[in-house]
Amino acid sequence: MMRYFFKFFLVIFSLVTATPMNTASAESRIITMSTTTSTEASGLLDYLLPEFYADTGITVRAIAKGTGAALRDGMDGNVDIVFVHDEEREKKFVEDGFGTKRYYVMYNDFVIVGPKNDPAKIHDAVDSAEAMRKIAKARTPFISRGDDSGTHAREKQLWVATGLPLNRHGEPIDGRGWYFAIGQGMGPALVMAGEKDGYLLSDRGTYLHYKYGRAQGYDPEVIYEGDDMLKNPYGVIPVNPERFSHVNNDLAETFARWLVSERGQEVIGSYQLHGHPLFFPDARKGQ
Amino acid sequence: MDFLTQSLAEAFTMLVSLDPELYFIVWVSLRVSLMSTLIASAMGIPLGFLIAIRHFRGKRGVITLLNTLLALPTVVIGLFVYALLSRQGALGHLGLLYTPAAIVVGQVILILPWVAGFTVSAVSRIDERYRRTAMTLGAGPLQTAIAILREARFGILGSVIAAFGRVISEIGIAMMLGGNIKGFTRTMTTAMALEHNKGEFVLAVALGIVLLAVSLAMNILLQVIQGWYGEDR
Repeated sequence: MMRYFFKFFLVIFSLVTATPMNTASAESRIITMSTTTSTEASGLLDYLLPEFYADTGITVRAIAKGTGAALRDGMDGNVDIVFVHDEEREKKFVEDGFGTKRYYVMYNDFVIVGPKNDPAKIHDAVDSAEAMRKIAKARTPFISRGDDSGTHAREKQLWVATGLPLNRHGEPIDGRGWYFAIGQGMGPALVMAGEKDGYLLSDRGTYLHYKYGRAQGYDPEVIYEGDDMLKNPYGVIPVNPERFSHVNNDLAETFARWLVSERGQEVIGSYQLHGHPLFFPDARKGQ
Repeated sequence: MDFLTQSLAEAFTMLVSLDPELYFIVWVSLRVSLMSTLIASAMGIPLGFLIAIRHFRGKRGVITLLNTLLALPTVVIGLFVYALLSRQGALGHLGLLYTPAAIVVGQVILILPWVAGFTVSAVSRIDERYRRTAMTLGAGPLQTAIAILREARFGILGSVIAAFGRVISEIGIAMMLGGNIKGFTRTMTTAMALEHNKGEFVLAVALGIVLLAVSLAMNILLQVIQGWYGEDR
């Protein structure tokens, strides 16, 4: 009787323990990177990282989060490199000694997505701040990421630019009933905007993916685009080895330099999502 | 409705075509969950057994504590273990964060109260006279313990299976401590959440089917094991 029991557990136990949990042997050629959900969800990482591996034999383990959480990983020394999009916080990250250097890598842009009939009439707005002001004035639903991500940070900058009174979280004071902070990723935010016939700020990649990448499609349209304030630069920062002696700085530097090299920039520029280019090379000379 | 049937159809195609990415995710999930169930059982069954047969002050309190811990939310454990395993934390030097081992640590904490708590109730249900009879018949403490465990085995085994079901279907710990790294710590549940974020449902639905199939298989296994014992008696 008991024998069956033991045999059963013995089989499972040997099955589970036969394979090592963490492959320590190859550890030296692996780096861990915290990045934003947009690089992963847009498919860029699946395109980029294999190319990098082919060139250098280095595996990049990517953890996708909001920019705030990704930077936090760097500040705690939990990753070797961060690849995010919030220029101000990135610069502060380097100034505070958490990272060695910020490299300009690429940019994409944000778009204001909303219902086709454009109830707040933002299409002809002179700039993105006016577009946001019109949404607030018309009190049409606005879906905020509300998750401390790079996109959320940009939303807040836009709200500041509108000159409207804001509360201490940077949200419009009279937002009750039309301003919804949902604390979720880009995809769920897009879905909710569609369900509520509202507007939202989205990165172009995730929007394209929802619009053209799915059998069921997505009804809302890009209503406003092209303003300078909607440009979204991505930077890569190796974590400072003077602060955290355990980080794999050599390989992290290799990855950062590869991204801004001619080859890396070409790979980034050639990536297309559903026939639309998504990320534009942005490496600066002499950086 | 079209949307669901279409996703289901594509999901089945994916399952049948033995998509390597899909099956690797399943493998990571199974490995991590089995590991944490084994460790939690190895710790929880003896612990529950001792609590059940010993008489000591504060026994009720311990049992109440175990029952309370059953309701521990996964995100709370995730946060707690994160703070411990982060490079800034007490165990940061181990470098365990964002590895499968980190998920195992969190999941063991999650299900240890389940295994221990249900072992306590399974063993307590065995009549005190059973123990005394075993001892009168000349059984030593170890033999007595084995006899009692044998009597309580269905309850204990049931708790182990339930614990396994709990860890394989949880997401908070796997996401916060594993980090959903492709080909390394991406489990069925974190992959499903990611696919939902991406607005793609085929892989998510396929994984959902596998998840249900695994639960079904575990329960059938439980039935079969109970069947063996039934015939043996």
